[in-house]
Amino acid sequence: MTPRETPPAPASPGHSPPEGAATEARRLSLVNGLFELRAPIALVAMVVVFYLLSDSFLSMPNLVMTAKHIAINAVIALGVLLVVVRGGIDLSVGSIAGLSGVVAGELLEGLELGFADAVAYPPVWGVIVLCVAVGMLVGLVNGVVITRFKVPPFIATFGMLYVARGIALLISDGSTYPNLDGNPGLGNTGFEVLGHGRPLGLPMAVWIAALLAVAVTLVLTKTPFGRWLYAAGGNERAAELSGVPIDRVRTTVYVISGACAALAGLVIASELTSATPLAGEAYELNAISAVILGGAALGGGLGTVRGTLLGACVIGLLSEGLVLVGLSAFWQILVKGAVLVLVVVLDRGRQRFQRRGATVSAMAAGRRPG
Amino acid sequence: MRTPTATVLSARGVTKVYGGTHVLREVDFDVAAGRVTALFGENGAGKSTLMRILSGIEHPTTGHVELDGEPVRFASPRDATDQGVAIVHQGLSLCPNLSIQDNLFLAREICGGPWVIDRSSQRATAAAVLHSLEEYLDPDLPVGDLTPGEQQIVEIARALLQEARVLIMDEPTSALTAPEVKVLFRVVKELASNGVAIVYVSSHLEEALEIADDVVVLRDGRPVATADAGNVGVRWIVERMTGPGRGDPPPRSAPVAGEELLALRGLVVADPANPGRLAVDDLSLTVREGEIVGIYGLTGSGRTELLEALAGRIPSQSGRVLLSGVPLEGVGIRDRVGLGMVLVPGDRRRDGLVQTMSVGENLSLAGLGAFVRRLFVRRDRERDAVRRMIADITPGTGGAGDTSGMSGMSDMSDAGGTGGAGGVGDTSGIGGTSDTSGAEAPVTSLSGGDQQKVVIGRALLTAPRVLLLDEPSCGVDVGARADIFELIAARAERGLAVLFTTSDPEEALRVPDRLLVLARGVLVGEFRRGTTTREELLRVADGTAADLDTATDLDTGLGTGMDADLGTDTGFHIGLDRRAGRDGEG
Repeated sequence: MTPRETPPAPASPGHSPPEGAATEARRLSLVNGLFELRAPIALVAMVVVFYLLSDSFLSMPNLVMTAKHIAINAVIALGVLLVVVRGGIDLSVGSIAGLSGVVAGELLEGLELGFADAVAYPPVWGVIVLCVAVGMLVGLVNGVVITRFKVPPFIATFGMLYVARGIALLISDGSTYPNLDGNPGLGNTGFEVLGHGRPLGLPMAVWIAALLAVAVTLVLTKTPFGRWLYAAGGNERAAELSGVPIDRVRTTVYVISGACAALAGLVIASELTSATPLAGEAYELNAISAVILGGAALGGGLGTVRGTLLGACVIGLLSEGLVLVGLSAFWQILVKGAVLVLVVVLDRGRQRFQRRGATVSAMAAGRRPG
Repeated sequence: MRTPTATVLSARGVTKVYGGTHVLREVDFDVAAGRVTALFGENGAGKSTLMRILSGIEHPTTGHVELDGEPVRFASPRDATDQGVAIVHQGLSLCPNLSIQDNLFLAREICGGPWVIDRSSQRATAAAVLHSLEEYLDPDLPVGDLTPGEQQIVEIARALLQEARVLIMDEPTSALTAPEVKVLFRVVKELASNGVAIVYVSSHLEEALEIADDVVVLRDGRPVATADAGNVGVRWIVERMTGPGRGDPPPRSAPVAGEELLALRGLVVADPANPGRLAVDDLSLTVREGEIVGIYGLTGSGRTELLEALAGRIPSQSGRVLLSGVPLEGVGIRDRVGLGMVLVPGDRRRDGLVQTMSVGENLSLAGLGAFVRRLFVRRDRERDAVRRMIADITPGTGGAGDTSGMSGMSDMSDAGGTGGAGGVGDTSGIGGTSDTSGAEAPVTSLSGGDQQKVVIGRALLTAPRVLLLDEPSCGVDVGARADIFELIAARAERGLAVLFTTSDPEEALRVPDRLLVLARGVLVGEFRRGTTTREELLRVADGTAADLDTATDLDTGLGTGMDADLGTDTGFHIGLDRRAGRDGEG
């Protein structure tokens, strides 16, 4: 028996597909190639169009701001990507970002320790760690509610969307923390680095997103945990029977997603130099849009970091570009929604197209000439 | 068993109850090291449940499992594998989005460092185990691109990798061709000679006898016979599986040679799960009024896709379907039902029943249009029709007005002398104390057999002329199965044309007027009732029969079921399919 990993390149005579099928196959693969490159093509097209329509689009300040916004969305989206690959959804990430900012504001203004009758001023790195921990805790609650109490992820995280926002409002009493600069005397200055620092010329947010992207890529492609994510998302039952700890995996992705959202919340607060309890509202929609635009399936088992980053770029450029072109914010909302659905429609079309192509080849191969 | 000291794994007094139905009753079952124990039983006899309990997927309601003579409770399937008990699952439990090697090592990844998967050593091990099964697949191919038979081999390979002391194989050959089965048997024998205890569950009696050392027969949740495989034959097993007075063909007069109702001409259907494969390849057949036509085929033979394409659920690539001479191109499911052709799907839990609705609502779903007056559903008419249909699908009842008759099913089962089938009655069945409560019961409260009757009843309420049934007896107990085929036969007497699929050779020989054999999407045989034997049927279905006229066409054998006996040709054929699949994906 011939080893099958190397199927005979040109099928042996007598079995070769008819001439027409070969041309057809070439045509199909060309169209397919274009489909594969759809995100980069769309990105380039958007840049060109916005450049032509707006003078300031390629200006340095605008590019920096756009990059920051894309990076913030990408940080949240990378966490959501893990949840979606596992076959879940996380609607609470925007609220977690808001909560994280409020917690940062509270800590930087000084945490009153009632029992010691003292006020604690944690250093900035401590603030960051604590805020990310808060995000992880919220994610843990999401995961436990979903795995222990069998609440569907949509409902559990939808509830958490309100709960986390409510907590943020309660902590801040609805007001904004106007001063996050800290006090040199207390040693808690430097929070503004997250939003305004530019090591090696690139905004800090971009560095954070890049590091996170590398880390998530490694986790997804190289580690058993990544493998379990795809397996549990692709066929939960098969994964469970194989011994994948499906509940632990599920809880872990919500914890990671919470941590990412909290990190993004810190960047947002730092960039605005103030923490408002309403920060991050509707960010979950941008993040989920990026993940879906990036080719992930909401049913689970599919999705890549590269795709998600491209998706975040599309969403970001669209928002910024439409503003510069002078369209009202209302149009932005409409366009974003339309683009999201359009991309999925195109993707379905591509799948149907591919299936037909495969079947045509199979029919050609199955039928012998004459 | 014969040598108690060698017993590795055993069930002791295991009883399993699902929602009031006894699936297993006080089962004692032993597995000896170095021996192949074959477990036989009809659909619904409890074989799979017993295997799931032995492998830690489920726990017994009462009784326990012993490993090396010590009571053990497996916390999870993983725990069982860690203690040396592995299972090859019936049906496919792989992740289609992952590659072969990822599936083989799922949750047992080989790690180079503390965190990083060592893909090259995984690949080498995967290739080695596949070679031992004489399968030469690239371990990096996605499992979703494989044929059902290849997927089955991947599952077997995974179990082999676990180096278990006890290997449970639940219908491992259901999607395999004859040469693949031969390879599997060689591997199983090698394992047994190395001291591995093997449990082999199969509905392929002869095939299993070929490899078995010990034979255990399960009927209605109880072990009814144990024997040395050398001393028994197929007939002995069948008698014990079916019990006294069962297994006889339902009396049926010669079919009325009615007019041709359904005709297929050169139908081609792509496999929905893997578009580079043709599930049905150039198939032609006809079904006449009043005729029951059976299609016998293994999993992956294209039987399900054929029926789904006929019902309009999946598209056909080419060919024609004519219903009373009317071509059905571009006709949707709803209109096909309107024209008189309706499908009873194979997976009734997924495709057949709306789990949240009552028995009555499920029954009237497809025929709802008949009860609508202006905008609203006329509840009285609906109730009437539902009551009549319940009476129709539950034999032994006096008729629509008979309030006590709904429990007739359990009466019948008891009359059959099988306590286990009486379990249908335990769940109270479609019946209750009154027929309305029967119609209002949640459909999930019914046993598998009764649920199937509801799905069939619903199809019949659309007043079909052609009834398509995909594996109507799958997961149905003995008594209900007889009821179902009697119901179908009675309808056929009145002119209904029936096309059904089965993977049970006994059923294939017994029930249909005309039997078609399907292998890899191609018809490879056709028999009138009583003109063939079990042996011939299995041989034809495996594609090893050399005396069929299609087999004279060997040089053009690509795509027919006939290349199975030509190893290289098979490889080539599948290789081509795969390449086609990849082309499509670019």
